[in-house]
Amino acid sequence: MDKVLLIIQREYLTRVRKKSFWIASILVPFLIAAVYAIPLYFILNSNDTKVVEIVDESNLLKGKIQSDKDISYQFSNQPFEQAKKQLLKSDADILVSVPKNVLENPNGVKMVGKKSIGMSTQFDIQGTIQNELRNIKLQNANIDLKILEENKVSVNAQTYTLQEDGKEQSSSSTGAMILAGVFGMILYISALLYGSQVMNGVIEEKSNRIIEVMISSVRPFQLMMGKIIGVGLVGITQFLLWGVLTFTASTATTKLMSSKIEEKVTTMQKTGKSAEEIKKFKTEFKSKNPLSGISQTVENISLTKLILCFLLFYIGGYMIYSSLFAAIGSAVENASEAQQFMFPVTIPIILSFVLGQVIIQDPDSNLAFWASMFPLTSPIDMMVRLPFGVPDWQIALSLVLLIFGFLGTTWLAGKIYRVGILMYGKKPSWKEISKWVFYKG
Amino acid sequence: MSNILDVQHVVKRYAQHTALNDVNLEVPKGSIFGLLGPNGAGKTSLIRIINQITAPDEGVVYLNGEKLQPKHIEDIGYLPEERGLYKKMKVGEQLMYLAQLKGMTKAEALERLKMWFIKFDIKDWWDKNVEDLSKGMQQKTQFIATIVHEPKLVILDEPFSGFDPINANLLKDEILELKERGTTIIFSTHRMESVEELCDHIALINKSNVVLHGAKKEVKNRFKDNSYTVEYVGSLANSDGVFEVIDTQTVEDGVIKSHIRNSQNLPVNQLISSLIQQVELKSFNENIPSFNEIFIKVVGGEANELL
Repeated sequence: MDKVLLIIQREYLTRVRKKSFWIASILVPFLIAAVYAIPLYFILNSNDTKVVEIVDESNLLKGKIQSDKDISYQFSNQPFEQAKKQLLKSDADILVSVPKNVLENPNGVKMVGKKSIGMSTQFDIQGTIQNELRNIKLQNANIDLKILEENKVSVNAQTYTLQEDGKEQSSSSTGAMILAGVFGMILYISALLYGSQVMNGVIEEKSNRIIEVMISSVRPFQLMMGKIIGVGLVGITQFLLWGVLTFTASTATTKLMSSKIEEKVTTMQKTGKSAEEIKKFKTEFKSKNPLSGISQTVENISLTKLILCFLLFYIGGYMIYSSLFAAIGSAVENASEAQQFMFPVTIPIILSFVLGQVIIQDPDSNLAFWASMFPLTSPIDMMVRLPFGVPDWQIALSLVLLIFGFLGTTWLAGKIYRVGILMYGKKPSWKEISKWVFYKG
Repeated sequence: MSNILDVQHVVKRYAQHTALNDVNLEVPKGSIFGLLGPNGAGKTSLIRIINQITAPDEGVVYLNGEKLQPKHIEDIGYLPEERGLYKKMKVGEQLMYLAQLKGMTKAEALERLKMWFIKFDIKDWWDKNVEDLSKGMQQKTQFIATIVHEPKLVILDEPFSGFDPINANLLKDEILELKERGTTIIFSTHRMESVEELCDHIALINKSNVVLHGAKKEVKNRFKDNSYTVEYVGSLANSDGVFEVIDTQTVEDGVIKSHIRNSQNLPVNQLISSLIQQVELKSFNENIPSFNEIFIKVVGGEANELL
């Protein structure tokens, strides 16, 4: 046992001391923080109002179109061709031509931009013109706009999950979906990433020819398990660092952003914006912040349960796949030889990830149930289901099956490993590898 | 002298062939034991069994009278033919690791390693990465790793392969020093000159079987053909009932060298007195076969039989 500890220690320390480990550990949380901070930042700093000049040959729109915070509309008296020539010198960013017969031929509207026109700007301008033309048409048909406005209905349903005690619990399916996606992704990447680290470690020992020295001191199985556990701990360390750093970076960004919002709201109030505009700004801000939905989900399921399940399924899934990767590493002499053997092992990983995408859509289907029970797919797929709520007995059953799964694969891998590490020369076939399982001693 | 290692009726089979077929060996305590044999004879299979890397299909191995078991790992030091180190690890750290895997405590390992680093005058290597070492330096490091835990039995598989002459000499000196301190050394090789120089016992394995086994002198005696090399002035003819001349050649002005056979197995004195009646004797030597000759005779002979 002492020896396994020594091996774990070496495998862990040599990896954690590497620069690449720290770069990845620090960079990823900041990338995550940046991913949600950047859109928020742009909402706060969207000061660059586009100036749109309209050449209105129809004379229908003048005085009716109103500028907003994104686009300021101006009307030009010049003919389109002349205005176009002057566009580069003028203040306007975009020139819009509205033809005389626009009501009959709405497709005749043309836009010319100094730079290429962004999709959202295009839709904004189109929408504004469309609305105005519709109003004119409605008026022409003698329909009162007021009545139309009063009869607008907007349905915005709240979703709840019915609890056993009859209470309703607010369920944020967006938050759950994001969380499910994140779990699936992390487990998928870690199975491949740390699994292949184990494999490369085994190949390194074999191609360095230190393996025989090692196994004259420890049993092959001890060496394999030491490596698997050591690399697994590296993974857990990385998750912890990611978790803590992401939390810190996110909290810091959120704090920073809220103070900015307050500032912005104050200036909006000062510049005399209506209360409705301010409210709209706040909702837009909230909707762009993915954290609000996730925190709702986490409250519903309990953070401890999520973290505990994540760790258990990570460990189980990691043990299954890394032991198979270790067996592959033992059978080959270099990474390129390993490609052929890696394929069948990566298929179930990819499959569980693909199934995960389907399960997100319908987390209570039969497919979802079986995928979250089968040990080769359950680590990823159970974690994908978890944010949507899974009965405890299913989690327990899945974990029990997972334990049997990794006992099975480590046993099998150990059998292949102890023979494989001493085999040099020609690349073995699948048939030979399967024979190794039955070798004695 | 009692035996440190006793191999009894060991059989090891692989899918297609038998690597060891009822092998019996006794390695006397404190000896330097040469395990000889052509490539693929089964030497490495036997060594792996002694190191408990693999288990025999049949038979038993005793170390110091005890049946081989995991705790014996600490009593054995093994330098495999395929040897290497972790390239990205520092020399000191790596040796500490390997020493602790052999059951030493951290403090013991540090103390012993310091001693070896002083002895080999390599103190400034401690913090060097293994990949920055020359091949010779790596070999020294590997040797230290093999013996740092002061094993009772040291097994060296082809120890001289890949060693430059300076390191080979150093290794030879260390082997002799280990023997003086009472360590038993088994070394497997097909380089016969080192066997001649170092070993006091040998076993020859060929095609999964031990074909020759015993003390160096005794083995050599078994292969003596009662022939002698004589140098003389004069002319020598067969002497009936005493010796026959096998071949004759001129060495330098007047001195002639002949091989003669003592066909009747007479006492040497009688042989000499018969010689000096014919010629003026310059030198007289008994032909003792070298291990190289014995090796070729035994292994090559079998090969010939097969042909």
